[in-house]
Amino acid sequence: MRVVVDLAVCQGYAQCAFLAPDAFRLSGPEGLMYDPGPDDEARDRIQRAAAACPVQAISVELPEAAAAAAGDSHG
Amino acid sequence: MANTGGAERIVIVGASLAGLRAAEALRQHGFSGTLTIIGEEDAPPYDRPPLSKQVLTGWIPAGHAELARLGPLDGVRWQLGTPAAGLDRDAKEVVLADGSRVPYDKVLIATGVRNRPWPQADEAALDGVCGVRTQADAARLAGLLDAGPRRVVVIGAGFTGSEIASACRHRGIDVTVVERGEAPLAAALGGVVGDIAARLHRDNGVDLRCDVTVTGLHGSGGRLAGAALSDGSEVPAEVAVIALGAVRNTEWLAGSGLAAGPLGVSADAGCRAIDVGGLVTDDVFVAGDVARFAHALFGYQYLALEHWENAVVGARVAAHNMICPTARRRPHACVPTFWSVQFDVNIKSAGVPALAEEIIMTHGSPEDASFAAAYGDADGRIVAAVTFNHGRYLDYYRRLIEQAAPLPDPVGEGLPGKPEPARFPHPAGSYHGPSVIVTGHSPTEMTAVAVPAGRSAR
Repeated sequence: MRVVVDLAVCQGYAQCAFLAPDAFRLSGPEGLMYDPGPDDEARDRIQRAAAACPVQAISVELPEAAAAAAGDSHG
Repeated sequence: MANTGGAERIVIVGASLAGLRAAEALRQHGFSGTLTIIGEEDAPPYDRPPLSKQVLTGWIPAGHAELARLGPLDGVRWQLGTPAAGLDRDAKEVVLADGSRVPYDKVLIATGVRNRPWPQADEAALDGVCGVRTQADAARLAGLLDAGPRRVVVIGAGFTGSEIASACRHRGIDVTVVERGEAPLAAALGGVVGDIAARLHRDNGVDLRCDVTVTGLHGSGGRLAGAALSDGSEVPAEVAVIALGAVRNTEWLAGSGLAAGPLGVSADAGCRAIDVGGLVTDDVFVAGDVARFAHALFGYQYLALEHWENAVVGARVAAHNMICPTARRRPHACVPTFWSVQFDVNIKSAGVPALAEEIIMTHGSPEDASFAAAYGDADGRIVAAVTFNHGRYLDYYRRLIEQAAPLPDPVGEGLPGKPEPARFPHPAGSYHGPSVIVTGHSPTEMTAVAVPAGRSAR
């Protein structure tokens, strides 16, 4: 699955790092590092992290968008 | 009828952050015509900020940086793997490097920037010499770092170079950073903040050499062995990372009649491209790092911004303006914002530091690299702010910048209480450039040197 965080919006509240520590970590007191391509099995934790973000900086790609991406016409 | 603004065929040149977000916005706004995205690389759009941070520390593989798709992309035609080689505005066609042509009613230029190459091609070809711009670059450097080199030399102490040095120290690898200017980040944030960044490097064990240039890279059996510096010293190193800033990908537009050159592709405040005569086009739009656009908040000076946020917001404004009724067009006028994480410090900035004369520390403790500071122009108005591990304060300053408010007084205890010169170096004096480049008021200005406000080089 794919995740993107708007780090201009992120304020380092770190709710995500508590709820999905395999995908979100802090570097220092407020610098967010995250895995933009975590395993699909982490989806529930990541959805909870995105919902809990006080500034709503986390966007999660919907499964439909991922499926559509796989079927994009190339060439 | 679907919202098309008279366009049936839209072509986006550049398959990175700006290109992807523009495509999503076009479909979200109801554009149902033919939408083609042209990309030089084979890879689908990926995000660059993780490449110099979590990829280099070894946490995630470079392949994880593929960008999440945040909107509908129904029926988008992806033409990946062949770069655009020309724009034929008479025929209204994008010409690809293989000679094929893609017709458009409206086109978005989002070709971004590439790394400024090391000037000696034979030295750049040595095993162990690399840069970080693409996913492949980052995968290669991560592999070199995995092998546990005895020392890495980073050439250029801008944001990317500093992040690379930070990743090396995170792994416990010895690193030498060579910077031609007086301090890391000084071109982007001035010498006062540069001094704080220099301490940050040294406190984290970086061998930082400023006011020095690399005069040569030498190898043995085709492998990098070390770097020779202008002060006569030698740095033995198995890996050299070239972090000399960026070059705008505008060469393909030669002959198009657009005002495109080393400073970028000129555009009006609504992302419409400007031609060499200074006229605004109505079918060619520009977004992302390659754009040089008139900014409503800064006296309509043309700015070039190598910022993630600028690519996202600019792409959405361009997409909107491509297909909306003329009277509904919007300006791309948000305050530039930027962020970097290095040495466990979250650095954020808002506004245009390069317009500043002065800086005042307003919160926290500069000694501990934990502070907020505001930048003022010659008239005493706030034009920018920077925070080190004080990101929550930035929004306050962003609003002051939007209002062109007076430079604020310090709030924290124990701060000097007075502004001091911000000490921006001449842009030619650093390996790294400013990340907000102020390029003057002329829509067709195309000289290669960006001149900071108040320090004319001409």
